[in-house]
Amino acid sequence: MKASRRAPIKDGLRESALFQRRAIAGFAIIVALLATLAVRFVYLQVVRHDEFSTRADQNRIKLRPIPPARGLIYDRNGVLLADNTAAFRLEVIPEQVKDLDATLEALGSVVPLSAEEVKRFKEQRRNRRGFQSLPLRFRLSEDEVARFAVNRWRFPGVDVVPYLTRNYPRGAEFGHLVGYVARIDENDLDHMDMGRYAGTTHIGRTGIERYYEELLHGEPGYERVETNADGRALRILDRVPPKPGQNLYLSIDIGLQEVTEAAFEGRAGAAVAIDPRNGEVLAMVSVPSYDPNLFVNGISFSDYRALTGSSEHPLLHRALVGTYKPGSTIKPFMGIAGLELGVRRATDTVLSTGEFHIPGQDRAYRDWRRGGHGRVDLIESLAQSVNTYFYSLAMDMGIDRLAGYMGQFGFGSPTGIDLNGEGSGVLPSREWKRGMFNKPWFPGETVIAGIGQGFWVVTPLQLANAVSILAAHGQRYPVHLLRATQLGFNAPVEPVTLSPPQLSFIHNDANWEAVRDGMIAVVNGPTGTANKVGAGATYVIAGKTGTAQRFSRTGDEVDTHGLDDAQRHQALFVAFAPAQEPRIAMALVMEFGASGSHDAAPLARKILDHWLAPEGQTP
Amino acid sequence: MIDSLLQAAAATARRQLRRPRLDHALLWALLLVAAIGLTTLYSAGDQDLGLVLNQGARLLLGGILMIVISRIPPATLRNWSPWFYCISVLLLVAVALMGEGRGAHRWLDLRVVRFQPSEMLKLSMPMMVAWYLHARQLPPSWLDLLAVGALIAVPAALIAKQPDLGTALLVAASGVFALFLSGLSWWRIGSLVGLAGAIAPVAWHYLHEYQKNRVRMFLNPEADPLGNGWHIIQSEIAVGAGGIFGKGWHHGSQSRLEFLPEHTTDFIFAVFSEEFGLIGVCILLLLYIFIIGRSLWVAANAKDTYSRLLAGAIGMSFFVYVMVNGGMITGLLPVVGVPLPLVSYGGTSAVSLLSGFGVLMSIHAHRKLLRD
Repeated sequence: MKASRRAPIKDGLRESALFQRRAIAGFAIIVALLATLAVRFVYLQVVRHDEFSTRADQNRIKLRPIPPARGLIYDRNGVLLADNTAAFRLEVIPEQVKDLDATLEALGSVVPLSAEEVKRFKEQRRNRRGFQSLPLRFRLSEDEVARFAVNRWRFPGVDVVPYLTRNYPRGAEFGHLVGYVARIDENDLDHMDMGRYAGTTHIGRTGIERYYEELLHGEPGYERVETNADGRALRILDRVPPKPGQNLYLSIDIGLQEVTEAAFEGRAGAAVAIDPRNGEVLAMVSVPSYDPNLFVNGISFSDYRALTGSSEHPLLHRALVGTYKPGSTIKPFMGIAGLELGVRRATDTVLSTGEFHIPGQDRAYRDWRRGGHGRVDLIESLAQSVNTYFYSLAMDMGIDRLAGYMGQFGFGSPTGIDLNGEGSGVLPSREWKRGMFNKPWFPGETVIAGIGQGFWVVTPLQLANAVSILAAHGQRYPVHLLRATQLGFNAPVEPVTLSPPQLSFIHNDANWEAVRDGMIAVVNGPTGTANKVGAGATYVIAGKTGTAQRFSRTGDEVDTHGLDDAQRHQALFVAFAPAQEPRIAMALVMEFGASGSHDAAPLARKILDHWLAPEGQTP
Repeated sequence: MIDSLLQAAAATARRQLRRPRLDHALLWALLLVAAIGLTTLYSAGDQDLGLVLNQGARLLLGGILMIVISRIPPATLRNWSPWFYCISVLLLVAVALMGEGRGAHRWLDLRVVRFQPSEMLKLSMPMMVAWYLHARQLPPSWLDLLAVGALIAVPAALIAKQPDLGTALLVAASGVFALFLSGLSWWRIGSLVGLAGAIAPVAWHYLHEYQKNRVRMFLNPEADPLGNGWHIIQSEIAVGAGGIFGKGWHHGSQSRLEFLPEHTTDFIFAVFSEEFGLIGVCILLLLYIFIIGRSLWVAANAKDTYSRLLAGAIGMSFFVYVMVNGGMITGLLPVVGVPLPLVSYGGTSAVSLLSGFGVLMSIHAHRKLLRD
């Protein structure tokens, strides 16, 4: 066996034949296997072609939202109050960044990033999908844009994106009224239509910007872009343009607003002026204010501290939510109530002795003049602001009729102006007190309600609205700021259609005229509390002063001993003019003022002059 | 003296010239594949002409090497075989001890040239196995099988350890094919396959983690679409999106937009499939089948056992390239770094492949003539 296995003679022909058989077998196997491969190609390229073709396109084509340009905001004359300016921001697509922390750190050496920006970015990241780009920094300077462009290759998934940023050219003047937009945060995401806000980074946060967010925002467009594996857009395939938001024209008059704000000279207070013929708000001022531009791209911590830490509360929109005792400014409304309800006739008189008593009670309710004003009728009571007349009127009317009638002027409920978060004030009534304190009503509370004290609280807007209703003979127009809209820059300006006024609730013109004459006497009569204010006016002002004890908005007790009048009192003034055919009605509150006649009324004169004096603009 | 020498030289030259040096059919097929390769490379490399010229130069170098090798008679090659094998294995050991490379130890820096000794084995392995079996009684006995097994396993293990699974596979395959062609009986082949199946779980244990991951993701690529499976999915998308007629030259979005990884090297077949479609794929596969078939035909006509086994092994190894690469880009096989022969960008594989065909040409030139 061994010998045969070691046989040196090889059979060449046999081996050759063996090889040929093997070569054929091997070739057959190879062809079979390559045929399998070919079948796999057929499977991918024919059977599943459509699927893979789609996936290749999905790979390649991304739908990119184009945010709409936000509508602009103008005053009634077309003066710009909020516009959009071109800027650059830094955006990150988290999915395409391998090491986010390292990237952010490296990025910081190219474009400075504050800790706040990084923190905000990370917070946003948590709730968004990885392929969505997130803004990291807004308003890059030209220098920063250039520096990033040079270093861009180092940062896949990071890009500089041009965008429009909101700008408020008037700054603090319209901080409260126009408000501001701010970056969309996690709370917004809950109640937002993500489709409509695709690509949008800001949303109206306060003021008109918030209330008319729907109109201002517009509809986003889309573009289909071809992107590479890094997500960089290489070319645009097609594009559906966005529909820009509507431009808004407010009823505000920039001149009147400026004059009104200037009149305060920086002292805390608020003023609202309304056109009684249609309910348009002509001016709405709250002092002090703040620069809304600070909020647009995220306010810095120190700026925010400065605003919230100030004792003057600049963030508070006093005209809208500030609460003040109306004091004597309520007297014209009491007067018309007395006449219209038949409790008094215009000629009825009351004897003012300096003190008023509820029958059977010891407590004295005082007049502001020691010793009283003597026998006075309605007109004289308004002119001199005689408390006793209104004490007894309130007693005779009773709280129920008083509250019911005053409700028609809008006291105790929001005016429904086109701003969010309006305060409703307090119109004292039995029901209100029971609901609030679960206590019965006392007659003394009716007495002081007659002169706008006690529980009674109003917002400056409410007070101005009530004056406007009075000026319009009891016709109630919806108070509003939006005057007209415009769908695009070439589109016509469309006036806003408003619901018609409710039917007047003042039935007897003579009653109205009596109250008006009383208010004219306040400003023009020899005994009027503000009789210096009317001097030299080319039109007739009907007004009423008011002075109220200050009280703390926060509710804590303030020790008023040792403070002078200006620190203890709030000064108010309400007016409409011209008295015959009113074109403007207003209310003004000074938080620190000795009296309405000294501190509030002269300011009102400046404001009315601007609107009504011959050299002033007319609407 | 001089006259007779000159006469002898002239006679040799005449004899040499009468025998066709190169097999024209095989040569044309190789040229065609190389032309397709350069065309595809121009598109896959973002129309970078420099890349194409670079690859063209390498192919030219490989072609020159092929012609030079084709002049060496198979008998000389046979005598060199053991030395060539020993040197390449020694270099492999040297690389293992002091080699350098990006992460993987593959390269040997000889100051003048840097090269991968593992590439040498693609040729020295079948030469060695053929040399060994040439002197034996065929079909090989169990003892021969064991010896050949050792000859194959040692370098293959060294290469796999580098780690370079693809080359290890090609090297081992070239040896195994020589064994197969020597007439190893079917039942022994069957029992060896059975043994391999039994060893596989043990081998798995010794694989590098990245190699294990490649196998894992091959089994389920969609499980991790952004990580390891990404390559396979993007490649399948490219192939599938090509359809029957392809998207056309330069119009393959998958590679142009860089969704395909390694689109000039290991995944160039996917670019080709996307741009030229099923028709292009079939033409290319038929060309490859022709090259393999022609190589086996050359082998069958070879003069002796050594030449037969060597030529056959080289031809069949060519198949492994095509199958492993094609299987990878279509998701049929795991991702193993094997280039598509003569198409993928890269000098080493082009040079070693064409050297192999040089050997084939030499065997063809010294084939059995009718007179013999």
